[in-house]
Amino acid sequence: MIRIALRMLLGDKLKYAGLVAGLAFATLLITQQGSIFAGFVLRTGAWIRDTGQADLWVMDKQVEFTEDRKTMLDSSLLRVRGVEGVEWAVPMYKAYMPCRLSDGTRVVVRVIGLDDATLLGAPPIIESGALEALRQDRAVLIDAADAQDELAIREALGDTSKRPLQVGDRLDLNDHEMVVVGRYRRTTEFFWDPLIYTTYTRALAIAPPERRMLNFVLARVKPGYDHDAVAAKISELSGLQAYTEAGFEARSEEFILRKTGILANFGITIALGFVIGVLISGQLLYNFILDNQRSFAAMKAMGASNFMLLRMVAAQVLFAAFVGFGIGVGLTALSGNFLEKSELAFNMAWQVPVFGGIAILICCLFAAALSISRVLRLEPAVVFKG
Amino acid sequence: MNTTTRHTLAVDCRALTKQYGQGENAVQALRGVDLDVRTGEMTYLVGPSGCGKTTLISVIAGTLDRTSGSCHVFGDDVASWGERKRAAWRGRNVGFVFQALNLVPTLTAAENVAVPLMILGEGHDAALKRAATMLERVDLGARTRSLPAQLSGGQQQRVAIARALVHEPRLVVCDEPTSALDHETGQRVMELLRSVASRDDRALLVVTHDSRIFALADRIAHMDDGRVERVESAPSSH
Repeated sequence: MIRIALRMLLGDKLKYAGLVAGLAFATLLITQQGSIFAGFVLRTGAWIRDTGQADLWVMDKQVEFTEDRKTMLDSSLLRVRGVEGVEWAVPMYKAYMPCRLSDGTRVVVRVIGLDDATLLGAPPIIESGALEALRQDRAVLIDAADAQDELAIREALGDTSKRPLQVGDRLDLNDHEMVVVGRYRRTTEFFWDPLIYTTYTRALAIAPPERRMLNFVLARVKPGYDHDAVAAKISELSGLQAYTEAGFEARSEEFILRKTGILANFGITIALGFVIGVLISGQLLYNFILDNQRSFAAMKAMGASNFMLLRMVAAQVLFAAFVGFGIGVGLTALSGNFLEKSELAFNMAWQVPVFGGIAILICCLFAAALSISRVLRLEPAVVFKG
Repeated sequence: MNTTTRHTLAVDCRALTKQYGQGENAVQALRGVDLDVRTGEMTYLVGPSGCGKTTLISVIAGTLDRTSGSCHVFGDDVASWGERKRAAWRGRNVGFVFQALNLVPTLTAAENVAVPLMILGEGHDAALKRAATMLERVDLGARTRSLPAQLSGGQQQRVAIARALVHEPRLVVCDEPTSALDHETGQRVMELLRSVASRDDRALLVVTHDSRIFALADRIAHMDDGRVERVESAPSSH
């Protein structure tokens, strides 16, 4: 009877198309918003992942996310180096600073100071120039995307168009003249201010004076040591907090989601998608069952049990849900293909279709439950009425 | 009727009543019906609209509970069973030809006819094969793949008859089978029903108020106001 149920579903092509379109639309809403949300979440940890050489991130206990500047004593670096299982540890400076470009444009930038000797913590892809050039006097590395946007400059006064900042150009960081020695590429982040790299010593030299300047210590764990165990040891012995890359990313994500309300905003949209899905598919399913009520009643009179009718309706609902969900996810993937080429965040992680599928299934089962009750209550004798 | 036919009792109703609703809104549809339907015969239930014909066949077919009295079908008191057992009994023993036909519009003729077999658990392909054979018996062998909307009223009625007989039920219940057909088509449909359905071990119960087909009945039970007023034997011309 399952085949008969599907034939009943597919037989009325217009109604079937409407039902599938409704489910596909609901899936699209849920999975696309879910993917955009996941894209934003992924961006919160982009800088951490780009800084890939360290196993552990050590910072003040009160630091809650990547841009949170709560400094430590310089001696913290030595304390981390002294913990058993740490192979090496290097300092990193990160702070916001005012920046003035040669055409007078002023922007706020984030400056990162890398360990002078090793340059560990540098961005992964150098597009032009060289990382080692950072050791030159007043040298900075800028992001290629920033160079074409916030750091683009006018050649002359009155020019309407801007050109990207290039290797050899100069800019002022906190009123200290710096020279661009290279451009790098990085993953798009949740935070948008330009990110400029220089050495640790130079960053301290140009930064506004503070009693403590060190924000992060990057550490590598010796082979054979458990990363989490070494992180726990560092926290215990130094009074600081140490995270693995994934741990720091999770901490930043959690803070940003909590503070920005982004989760609630996307949650509302996703919930709306769910509600629309329930309403559309519920209405269509209900109408479909209602239209077939007489056929179901006839089958009941001919000996079909309630369980058999239940299975038939379930097969119809699941089939429509499966096809609608497939089309919806396909459309989301297609839209993601375009979105990924833009600045918009999009990450169709495996969780998105899984949770989307569960949402659509719940939505369909809810709608089916409303409809099926009519079928189960059907009096088979109703078929004798004209 | 063949004189060698051995009639046994298919339906035995005594003092059968059925009341719809309660109190002031109560409607007494059956008021003590006594009726025998014998195997090997085509029995007509006739009477004016609202006299209780449809209610009576609904109770006999096990799709409606009686209020009081007794009704045994092939010796079984179906109303005393639970819904699940009753549904299974209907599936095995009763074939239905509904007034509104109730063919599933999105299924082909063969699929519609195969439905009772599939309800009984027969496989899809085997059921379709038997349905096609049944359709050939009602001269619709060439229309197995047609949808109901592609068939004429008479052809749809024949599909409904094929569906009622395909699982070889012992009781065939027909509700106004000719009401939507012209006289000639109605006559042909009833002749067909008689020719394919009449068997010594099978009973046909037909509700109708179409006097043009009375001549095809073996016995005619006249109903009025919820009672069977009289039962008469039809001319033995069959």
